[in-house]
Amino acid sequence: MSTDLEEEIAARTAPLLKEWTGKVLDAGPGDIECERGYITHWVESTENANPLYWDEAVAQNITGGWVAPPSMLSVWMRPLMFNPNARETVRPLEMHFRLKDAFELPEGIVTANEIVFGVPVRPGDVISTKQTVAEIGDVRTNRLGTGRPWTIDVTYTNQRGEVVAVESYRMFCYVRSAK
Amino acid sequence: MSLLFGKVQVGDTLPTLELPVTARIVVMGASSSRDWQPQHHDYAWATTRAGTKDIFLNTPNQAGWIERYLTDWTGPYGRLGRIKFRMRRPVYPGETLVFNGTVRETSVDESGCAWVDVDLELTVGDEVATEVSARLAVPQDESDNPWRRSGDDWRP
Repeated sequence: MSTDLEEEIAARTAPLLKEWTGKVLDAGPGDIECERGYITHWVESTENANPLYWDEAVAQNITGGWVAPPSMLSVWMRPLMFNPNARETVRPLEMHFRLKDAFELPEGIVTANEIVFGVPVRPGDVISTKQTVAEIGDVRTNRLGTGRPWTIDVTYTNQRGEVVAVESYRMFCYVRSAK
Repeated sequence: MSLLFGKVQVGDTLPTLELPVTARIVVMGASSSRDWQPQHHDYAWATTRAGTKDIFLNTPNQAGWIERYLTDWTGPYGRLGRIKFRMRRPVYPGETLVFNGTVRETSVDESGCAWVDVDLELTVGDEVATEVSARLAVPQDESDNPWRRSGDDWRP
C-alpha cells in the first residue's frame, strides 16, 4: 500500500521520466590530469603496498611504467573545488545532480556500483566522461526516506579516445522520512 | 611474487582482512578520491541532514580497499577487469570492517587470458555491509602478464 508521500512524489515526477531517461551529458575532460601525487595519496589512504605503485622498476617491468590503480577511476572526473579558470560550475557526476534537481529529491546515496576496466590510466592522461541516464525506477520507501532509484552509466576515455572504463552507478534519491 | 592461475581453485578462500575504521580513514578516503560530499567529512551534516549515524566510507574509497584486498592476494601481476558491489549499509568510524572472499569460478578466454571470479563479503559484526563480485586476470605461468593485454586480448 503506497503512502501519501509516495503518491505525491510519483505524481510529481512521472511526467519527467520520458524526458530524462536516456539523456546523455558530455562532461568533457576532467579538471586534473593523472599524476603520481594523487596515486600516492590513494595507496596511502587504502594502505595498499602493491609495488606497482611504489617501486618504479617493478612498474616498468610489469606495466611498462607507472599506472594508476584501476579503482581510482572516478578521481579523474571530479572537478576541482576551486578553479579560477572554470568555464562553468560542474559538479561531480553532474548528470546525477541535474536529475536530483529536476526531480526535487534533495538527498541521495550510491547503492551499487559496477566498473569494467579498459586500458590503464597513466600519469599525464586526461580523462573525459560521458554520462547517461540508463534507468529511472519506481517510487519506493526505505529507512532513509521516500524517492526513486536511478542508474547513471559513465564512459571514461583518455586523450587518445581509448576507453579506460565503463562505470554504472545505482543511486537512491529521496526526501527524508518525517520522524 | 604473484599468484599463478594453476594455483587457484574454485572454493579457495582469501585471507581475512580486518580494517578498524576511524574518522581519519573515512576522511582520508574522501580526500584521496577527491570526493567532498559532506556526508564523508562533516559529522553535523551527516547526522542532521543526511540522517545517518555518523560520517561514512564513500563508494570510491570502498572500491580502493576492495582492490587492495584482491591484489594483496594476487600480487602485482593480478589485474582487475571488472568489479561490482552493492552497499547494504553505511560503514562508520568505530566499526571494524572485515573482508572475506571466495573463488567462485576460474576460466581461460579465447585470447588465452586467465580469469578468476571472486565473491567478497565486507561485514560489520553480523551484518553484511557490502557485497562484491570481482573478476581478475592472473598470469597462466611465469611468462604471462595480464597487464600487457589490450584490444581484443583484453575482454573483462
